[in-house]
Amino acid sequence: MATVWFMIVAVMVAIYVVLDGFDLGAGAVHLFIARDDDERRTVIRAVGPVWDGNEVWLLAAGGTLYFAFPQLYASGFSGFYLPLMMVLWLLMLRAIGIEFRHHVQEPVWKGFFDTIFGLSSILLAIFFGAALGNVVRGVPLNADGYFFEPLWTNWRVGQQNGILDWYTVMCGVVALVTLVVHGSLFLANKTEGELNRRARNVASWLWPVQVLLTVFNLIATVWAVPGILTNYTRWPIGYLVPAVVIGSLIYMYFAHARRNEKGAFLASCAYIIAMLVGAVFALYPNVLPASTGAQYNLTIYNSATGVHGMSVGLVWWSIGMLLAAVYFVFLYRMFKGKVKLEEGTTHGY
Amino acid sequence: MDSALLIHRLHFAFTVTYHYLFPQLTMGLAPLIVILKTIAWRTGDERYDQAARFWAKIFGINFVIGVVTGIPMEFQFGTNWSHFSRFAGGVIGQTLAMEGCFAFFLESAFLGLFLYGEKRLSKGLHWFSAVMVFLGSWLSGYFIVATDAWMQNPVGYQRVADGSVQLTSFWQLVLNPWAWWQYAHNMSGAVITGAFVMAAVGAFYLLSEKHIEAGRIFVRLGVIAALFVSVFQIVPTGDEQGRMIARHQPVTLAAMEALWETQPGAPLVILGQPDVANRHIDNPIVAPRMLSFLTWRSWTAEVKGLNSVPQKDWPDNIPLLYYAYHIMVGLGTIFIAVTAIACLLLWRRKLYESRWMLWILLLSFPFPYIANTAGWMTAEFGRQPWLVYGLLRTVDGYSKMVSAGNAWFSFLGFAGMYTVLSILFLFLVRREIEHGPEAVVPKGLREQIDRLTPAEVR
Repeated sequence: MATVWFMIVAVMVAIYVVLDGFDLGAGAVHLFIARDDDERRTVIRAVGPVWDGNEVWLLAAGGTLYFAFPQLYASGFSGFYLPLMMVLWLLMLRAIGIEFRHHVQEPVWKGFFDTIFGLSSILLAIFFGAALGNVVRGVPLNADGYFFEPLWTNWRVGQQNGILDWYTVMCGVVALVTLVVHGSLFLANKTEGELNRRARNVASWLWPVQVLLTVFNLIATVWAVPGILTNYTRWPIGYLVPAVVIGSLIYMYFAHARRNEKGAFLASCAYIIAMLVGAVFALYPNVLPASTGAQYNLTIYNSATGVHGMSVGLVWWSIGMLLAAVYFVFLYRMFKGKVKLEEGTTHGY
Repeated sequence: MDSALLIHRLHFAFTVTYHYLFPQLTMGLAPLIVILKTIAWRTGDERYDQAARFWAKIFGINFVIGVVTGIPMEFQFGTNWSHFSRFAGGVIGQTLAMEGCFAFFLESAFLGLFLYGEKRLSKGLHWFSAVMVFLGSWLSGYFIVATDAWMQNPVGYQRVADGSVQLTSFWQLVLNPWAWWQYAHNMSGAVITGAFVMAAVGAFYLLSEKHIEAGRIFVRLGVIAALFVSVFQIVPTGDEQGRMIARHQPVTLAAMEALWETQPGAPLVILGQPDVANRHIDNPIVAPRMLSFLTWRSWTAEVKGLNSVPQKDWPDNIPLLYYAYHIMVGLGTIFIAVTAIACLLLWRRKLYESRWMLWILLLSFPFPYIANTAGWMTAEFGRQPWLVYGLLRTVDGYSKMVSAGNAWFSFLGFAGMYTVLSILFLFLVRREIEHGPEAVVPKGLREQIDRLTPAEVR
């Protein structure tokens, strides 16, 4: 049962990263590719009706984690106290940047909101990557199952970890590049003309960087985190995951070259999911490994709640997800296709 | 109180108090917008559509701030109250996760459609999305109240070996009797805020003699709705809530009323300042035997006083609890008086010309916010010194690994961030109110305007 909930949380996180990933990426790149007010409005229009729903996946995944693995929630959230607080502030700024821009008319303030939206998106992408890096690398859990990490210590991967060391910073950069590509491919899908061309250009330029970083990141992970390949050795089927990573990158290249915008975006989705699955597969059954010794690891067994809670949870969770799927299909169909700015609209994005 | 505990409490109190200024308006406006949309749809009256559009904009601004200040609430259970989360997460995590899965998805998806899809949707579907936004926000409220209700009155759980609690009955958790009255009380409190704000904006328009048509709609709907919910707020919901506290948390009731000694025929203190050290109330104005009657429906019934339990189990801030409670009740009574007079004037067709009453309506809108805040302070101070009533003390619930210094860091960060949010909010809402609802253009005229060439317009 705990394994089921482990997978459920992982799936919800993956959905979150794929969905909110494109609006984060779009935010991170829009300052550079959308040059005038109409283009910026087009970007906001593309993500406006859906970003909030996408972000709900973060909340829903958090809530699910909370009730299924209360011990993990308690120790992870208090241990990552400082970066989480900053993530909260960035999420606030980002929401303001998107939602309040169209309430003001003065160009000065529009630029201000655009910059806020852009910077907070960039920083969030880096933070999320670094967070994942921390989970993979392990944290200094004590015997009570708690820890507290300062933002940085000596930048080395060791026992006295900070949130940021060379490894987690690299994960942050990988996340940023991945999401910028993801967001650019999304914008290419939603836009036409110059904006579309610039979005595709960004994706073309960054593709080799993404490939290089992926390879580098995989090697670094294997080198920096001993025992990360245990599950792969035990169940060699896991090697399918890196195969999917490579396959999706290759498909992305060809789809992109043939101007198959939808195909390239889907390849990016597959890439993100495969990267996450790879990490989750390596971790199982740990949910938060300890850098202080394997006996302190938080696993799905020592951090899960009781069986009754998990069973009833499964019932309402399934109903809830079914409903959510219906809303999302409806919402995305309603706003599908390329964004077209109507003349003279006074309200709306 | 050691400093880490104090700052963690302040951290949560500050962020949750600030947060709830926004959802109370969204939850309060949502049903009123549905009423406006329904009238517009049934009668085809364009004025009501414009009114709904105007309030949808205010709703939208509020909603954004409600969302961004709400996310920290869920996070803080883990970041600042990790021992509590480890203890109770298996139970209250259920309701919090359900809020995400059922309410937030619904709300976020349909809010996008409601705010930005009017041109793409049929009239019926647009009305439907307004109803769904209403449903989503009210569902969200229920899950939060159910979470708090479990902390006030824990049910459907068992203690396990590691000291934490696990769920044994889903339905007991979701249908906690404490939650019903608290929910009804809380939601009608939210509608009071929504209705007073609507009436205040209407009164402002009538007093400034602009957007007269819209102003009348706002004042009319505002005062009628406010009267209904203000009465409902006291009878039955407030009354039942109070009696439930008397049954389950007698010491809380004693502290709210500053009743030091257990006694039959207990008096109700209407005004006066409690002096906890001397167990005394300075210059009290009391209604004799009233507390016994309100609590047990008998003039002579015994009501438990603070002396019935050791002082270590008393709420730790009795004066503030006492004042929060009295402010809430006092304001609630004033709301009934104000809205009753306003409705009387409306019925006699004098309200729109009674400038004094419009001034009162305009200036009243902050008070429901104060009353709602005071109400939640009563609930949460009343629960002290417990975090989960009878099971976990507040002093045992906070994150021991997060030092006071780190908690101050984020507290100050939030204080700064919320200052910025407040300025933005006031600025944007003022703009919308200044701009007002779009004017209604008669049907034939609209088509004529559309046919004009730019040169003719000039």
